[in-house]
Amino acid sequence: MTTAALSPALPTGGYGFAHALRMEWIKLRSLRSTWWALLVVVAGMVAIGVVTMANTKVPSADKTAGFDPTNNVLAGVALGQLVVGVIGVLLVTGEYASGSMRSTLAAVPRRPLVLAAKATVFGGVTLVLSEAVAFVTFLAGRTALDPAIPQPSLTDGGVLRAVLMSGAYLGLVAVMAVGIGALTRHTASGIGALVGLLFVVPAMLAGTTGTTVAKFFPTMIAGNSLAVSRPMPDMLTPWTGFALLLVYTAVVYAGGLRVLVRRDA
Amino acid sequence: MISVHRLTKRYGRAVAVEELSFDVAPGAVTGFLGPNGSGKSTTMRMIMGLDAPDAGQALIGGRPYAELTWPLREVGALLEARTYHPGRSAHQHLSALAAGGGIPRARVGEVLETVGLSEVAHRRAGTFSLGMSQRLGIAGALLGDPGVLLFDEPVNGLDPEGVRWIRDLMKSLAAEGRTVLVSSHLISEMALTAEHLVVIGQGRLLADTTVAELTADGGSLEEAFFRLTSGSAAYRGTNVTPPTSASSSPRRTR
Repeated sequence: MTTAALSPALPTGGYGFAHALRMEWIKLRSLRSTWWALLVVVAGMVAIGVVTMANTKVPSADKTAGFDPTNNVLAGVALGQLVVGVIGVLLVTGEYASGSMRSTLAAVPRRPLVLAAKATVFGGVTLVLSEAVAFVTFLAGRTALDPAIPQPSLTDGGVLRAVLMSGAYLGLVAVMAVGIGALTRHTASGIGALVGLLFVVPAMLAGTTGTTVAKFFPTMIAGNSLAVSRPMPDMLTPWTGFALLLVYTAVVYAGGLRVLVRRDA
Repeated sequence: MISVHRLTKRYGRAVAVEELSFDVAPGAVTGFLGPNGSGKSTTMRMIMGLDAPDAGQALIGGRPYAELTWPLREVGALLEARTYHPGRSAHQHLSALAAGGGIPRARVGEVLETVGLSEVAHRRAGTFSLGMSQRLGIAGALLGDPGVLLFDEPVNGLDPEGVRWIRDLMKSLAAEGRTVLVSSHLISEMALTAEHLVVIGQGRLLADTTVAELTADGGSLEEAFFRLTSGSAAYRGTNVTPPTSASSSPRRTR
């Protein structure tokens, strides 16, 4: 008897990206810790936005020109990116740590499909969620503003873009983190690289050289280029910053893909 | 069937597998024997496309694993005790694999029943004992009802009843015409399970034979194994002529 005789009903065509997507969706859905962490993102971002707005003082006359309450309400992105980033790294390094990468690659041996599915599922979920959270945060936060300050509106110049880009930023961080996970393959080094990139290195640079170099780092772009209704002096413009983030994401992802394809699992 | 051809794997200067060639034919359980560190697991990972060989190739039905159309429906593998995330249940783990393999969801319940894990299907698999882990791994291997099965040390952690169960399972899978390759360092277990044997030492082929031929001189399989492996360093694979090349055993009549 031959193998073919045993499984005569194998459909033609073979598996593809859709199978990998479904697999990764079930895996993401079935880890409760992921949902708890995402709940932290939602609650944290809204709370930080509301508290920051409640503490926003009426600007003195000389500061009115640069006053941007939209920037204040989106302050929670800094927390959100850390949680999203850690989940993204763990999504890959957790598979190496538990050994489940081997069953994943047994099901889908074409490795580029596996990484693309992970990035699509987690990036997609994060994007949808963080866009929604960005809007909720904005709408909730502005009601907490001192009545003496005019409330920003989504129809004001640059405000809608700031809110949309802040949500999109977290989606990009999600994909970047999946790439970092694939690059490092270990949880400790992956989270170390993430925190270094997002917090430590830009903070050190900001302390020593001001914004000259630090403004090119993701966190600085998110806070000073994206989440602003009016571009800040000495910072990248919103679209330059966003384009640079896309390049970073592509580079990190490509690096992770290279490691995943080349190294033994 | 599985074809391993001049497979070679090095880790730095250490050679894990060297110029290893053998075929595994359907319809019989083939035991993959060798001392610890002889390269059995490395060979199995290369067959699965998880590790890339430095030279040579491993083919399943004529194709490398990465080029299979429906991998999980063509090959099932139990590679190591734990290849699942401890936070997921057995049911969730197998459901994800089924989705990736294009396998109907109904199979998940079926294989959980087969391996006896239905009762704990929705418990976090991180709480499983080693024996339960093995059963979950075997469920994963059976999920796609594949024609080729690889088991790496399947009896590890199983109780006597479980050992007998996996032995009978492997024999019945082979009797259905499937290709079954099972690695072990337990010679007594192989004597009870396998018909054919591929024996390796230090990454090289020492014998490609049948249990019957290896014990033809009336000695035990264990004695024959030690005779083979004790000389493995001196033999360097070339002094042992694989007797099956002239054999008329059924696995050569494909």
